[in-house]
Amino acid sequence: MRKNKQNVYLDHAATTPMDERVLKTMIPFFTEVYGNPSSLHAPGQQAHEAVSQARKTVAKLISAHEDEIVFTSGGTESDNLAILGVIKIGGADVKSRLGKDVIPHIISNELEHPAVLELLLVLQKRGEIELTLVKADKDGVLLAKNIAEEIKNNTILVSVMYANNEIGTIEPISDLGKLIIKNRKQTGLTYPLLHTDACQAAGYLDLNVEKLHVDLMTLNGGKIYGPKGVGALYIRRGVRLSAQVIGGGQERGLRSGTQNVPGIVGFAKALDLVQAKREKESARLEKLRDRLIEGLLKIPKSRLNGHAIKRLPNNVNISFMDIEGEAAMLYLDAKGVYCSTGSACASTSLDPSHVILALGMSYEAAHGSLRFTLGKSTTKADIDYVIKVLPPIVEQLRKISPVNLDMEYFSNGNKEKK
Amino acid sequence: MNNKKEDKKVDVTNRQGSGSFYSTVVKDHFFHPKNFMEDETGYIADGIGMVGSPACGDVMRVWIKVDPKSERITDLKWKTFGCASAIAATSMMSVMVTENEGMTLDEARKLRPQDITFRLDGLPQRKIHCSVLGDKALRSAINDYLRKVGQTDRIEIEHGRIIDKVLKITDHDIEEAVLEGADTLEKVQDKTKVGTGDPSCIPEVEQLIRFYKEKYYGAE
Ligand code: FES
Repeated sequence: MRKNKQNVYLDHAATTPMDERVLKTMIPFFTEVYGNPSSLHAPGQQAHEAVSQARKTVAKLISAHEDEIVFTSGGTESDNLAILGVIKIGGADVKSRLGKDVIPHIISNELEHPAVLELLLVLQKRGEIELTLVKADKDGVLLAKNIAEEIKNNTILVSVMYANNEIGTIEPISDLGKLIIKNRKQTGLTYPLLHTDACQAAGYLDLNVEKLHVDLMTLNGGKIYGPKGVGALYIRRGVRLSAQVIGGGQERGLRSGTQNVPGIVGFAKALDLVQAKREKESARLEKLRDRLIEGLLKIPKSRLNGHAIKRLPNNVNISFMDIEGEAAMLYLDAKGVYCSTGSACASTSLDPSHVILALGMSYEAAHGSLRFTLGKSTTKADIDYVIKVLPPIVEQLRKISPVNLDMEYFSNGNKEKK
Repeated sequence: MNNKKEDKKVDVTNRQGSGSFYSTVVKDHFFHPKNFMEDETGYIADGIGMVGSPACGDVMRVWIKVDPKSERITDLKWKTFGCASAIAATSMMSVMVTENEGMTLDEARKLRPQDITFRLDGLPQRKIHCSVLGDKALRSAINDYLRKVGQTDRIEIEHGRIIDKVLKITDHDIEEAVLEGADTLEKVQDKTKVGTGDPSCIPEVEQLIRFYKEKYYGAE
């Protein structure tokens, strides 16, 4: 995409454009190195070698072993494999220890991505798991201690995202990991395991699984300037999962299906590139993020969603009272600024953002929320452009809106209308 | 506008493939809304209507001026809290009601969401529900006017017919569920719980779902 003032892409949490260098790495694997990694002839082995190299790269970047990486079709599949994969074997363990009628228990929270949360809710509805959703504070921060306190003798899994896709809040995974390991030492059990979805974190935070003390970690390509439709699940040695995609036994039997060779190669390259630059890029984006937050909070009746500091360097999420986010988003779209909203109107289900509601905010706050997620291409000029064009849009939409609520109405506790 | 209701068969729900989520007409009314109430102070309305949205908790207000002799709506102003479809649909409604010297009260009362959607050159399927706010608010403003001029006998209250006797669910509730995108019995039940206490009403519910689906989204 050509870059000018009219083209300010601030939706990097939805997906990122692909890095040219990633694309270059991928191209030979469409036409030249086209073999099936499972074939024993030369073209097959060439492809096999490329996948192994990619696996090595990914493993090294997160301080894991090669045999701990399973390539998948992306974040959703990795999350599903982690959760569904643990349930069968973990569930059997629970039954053998505690009796036939005991179902496995999973701990998570209301801020998770639907790939985790919706799945857990479905499993709970089906009676396959017992589910505890731990509450976050008003900034979306979870306390490791609060989560660890919920562990019971049938708890097989704790799933907490590393950083939130909507409000950018960073969760204390490492602390949580330590508490879980302590718990396992005390009980002598192999469970609970700790899973984290690190899709949004991968570009900005340390993915060292030893420091994070995680047993399962979800990664994907489409948020790190890599290809869409490819991701990985880190599975710590010794953790047993049951496969969810059954077939030819690829990926150590955990994920059958011919590997997406160009995708995998591109994903590894992308992860390598973002991790190499993450500290510098984080520092650069933090400044721009804070400039945008400061500029937008000057608009009357606005509020930052999420934590001011424990926040991804690229995430800005602000609610503007009395206006509807989809309308604001489309006015911005017309100005060449591309962002997203937690408004019910913009979602297929007509439900407002579950994350903003989970912060204890009102429907109105979710309705009027806009998320700007910065990225590699974002410049100071882009930020200043948004700070310039958004205030008149909010003003115009407020003129059209019949709603005029008090600021206290942002939070759920205060439902009295003016 | 003449008020003849010819049911032109157009696919008003499907804009897939046009490269844009909304039609050009929708965008025009969204970016340049007509007749919205910029400043209430000093505006003397003959009738005021207000409604909330079935789906996403949105609100709309409509102000009308009526010529008592001809019973034509000479002016209509509005405010709405909602998405692009809601803003465009209200804007279009204000144009339709006031163009060509204005609709009579009876004509205006018969304005249907489909008429607005048609003039908008269609809305995306999941946005159809946004267009039902406008005519509801308009009818509520007309009733308000009739109340003010003492013609209470002409007020038409929109009340639903109870379908589920246990849960007191009306045909309106089912209509709203369909507008919110529930197109099967199961989905309507997810939203309304209809029939869970009174299974005998289910055949009728299924019939209503078919009816409203056809009404808003066209035949299958
Ligand atoms: S007003 Fe909410 S979707 Fe249109």
